[in-house]
Amino acid sequence: MADGPRLNIDVDEKRFAGSAAPLLEDFHVIIAPAQVVALVGPSGVGKSSLLRMIAGIDSDYSGAITIDGEAAAAAPPAGFVFQDSRLLPWLSAIDNIRAVREETTEAQARDLLARVGLAGSENAYPAQLSGGMQRRVALARAFSVNPRLLLLDEPFVSLDAHLVAGVQRVFLDLVRETHSTAIVVTHLPDDAAKMADRAIVLGGRPARIVADIELTPARDTRSDEQMRALALALSTYDEAPN
Amino acid sequence: MPWELVSTVLLLVVWQVLAMIFPGRLFPTPLAVASALWTDLVDGKLISDMAKTLRRAAISFTVAMAIGIAIGILFGRSRIVDRLFSSWVIVGLNLPAVVIAIVLYISLGLTETAIVLAVIINKVPLVITTIREGVRSFSSDYDELALAFRMPLRRRLRLIFIPQLTPYVLAAARTGLALIWKIVLVFEVLGSDGGVGFRINTMFQFFDMTGILAYTTAFILVVLVFEYWVMRPLEHYVLRWRMVRA
Repeated sequence: MADGPRLNIDVDEKRFAGSAAPLLEDFHVIIAPAQVVALVGPSGVGKSSLLRMIAGIDSDYSGAITIDGEAAAAAPPAGFVFQDSRLLPWLSAIDNIRAVREETTEAQARDLLARVGLAGSENAYPAQLSGGMQRRVALARAFSVNPRLLLLDEPFVSLDAHLVAGVQRVFLDLVRETHSTAIVVTHLPDDAAKMADRAIVLGGRPARIVADIELTPARDTRSDEQMRALALALSTYDEAPN
Repeated sequence: MPWELVSTVLLLVVWQVLAMIFPGRLFPTPLAVASALWTDLVDGKLISDMAKTLRRAAISFTVAMAIGIAIGILFGRSRIVDRLFSSWVIVGLNLPAVVIAIVLYISLGLTETAIVLAVIINKVPLVITTIREGVRSFSSDYDELALAFRMPLRRRLRLIFIPQLTPYVLAAARTGLALIWKIVLVFEVLGSDGGVGFRINTMFQFFDMTGILAYTTAFILVVLVFEYWVMRPLEHYVLRWRMVRA
């Protein structure tokens, strides 16, 4: 499978109506194909807003965000995973996957559910699934839409630690297979250390890049100890005064 | 259902006992009412009266639901429309049903159109209110979901909009039906050429309590059949996702 797209983020200004200071100003980042980038920073810094701008949900800003040279809003939709699973409660797991993309066949949806470890739960409604299972369906749904570009907005919030590990493993396996470009918004340095190739730490208002770090060694070869060390290093930036 | 059956039997027993304790022409026993019901049924008047009433109720219900849903969506979606016309809805909700019927009977005569129109005008504000609240309660999260995945409008309507609206449509249908059953009969009493209400009015002239209760029982049976054979199965099917639990 071809590598995920390259992202050029050039935001001159993003401001919410009635807000004194802009959320983002002269914000420029390039994300290489097949790179998993963690956007780390405190709540309210603008991580989720930036993700929505990349997804084309929010186009109310000056500047340009391009995905493989195409404007974000015109590019194929990204596979988006929200903070909550955001499954439609009146549809079964398989129908939730098929709902967002007409072309997804039943066989493809079944296959995706099997890949996230939910074979046999195809016809279950969200209310019949645990929180971790719901996130897996949301992940499968995102992959069904666009496995090349994934945008995850705090996808592990309110999940128990053992469920987080399970969902992260599923995500990393899928990303490895599909060479996706992925942006993971998180306020936890631990998540970044486990999942990302690169961490961009944001802080201040307007948000600026406090640190932009290539996380080495490579994601798949990192030991638990190395992950802990990376998380510790990231947390020093995260806690530094902006 | 078994509990409801037990409850009905209990009601009949209580009625029978009371009728035996206080015997008289104005308090017939359930057996006498059942006998009158059978006679009315075989005689043929009951079926034709019931058919007339049900036809009026069906037309009024369908038209009122269609108009109420369309306007309710508009009210729920547009703040300007809501501000401009919500006082009209309040007036509609509080306008005495009898006044509407009398005004229409004077304007249009004792016609079928007048009865049906009067019922529709009575019911529409109720549907608008329920649907408006439903649309207002729609989750913006699902709008964002649709936006993120660029779902086309028709798909949004089918998979996000309609499923959110359905519980409110069912609620409007249920409360609306309860209202329509009652007011159709009242309007038929006020002026019509047949129907359950018309016949009950005729029986009223002769203090025929047994006949009135026979017709009322027949009408209640129809309402119960509709509730258990149409409304509940429909509700169970459409809202089946709400009934499942892990």
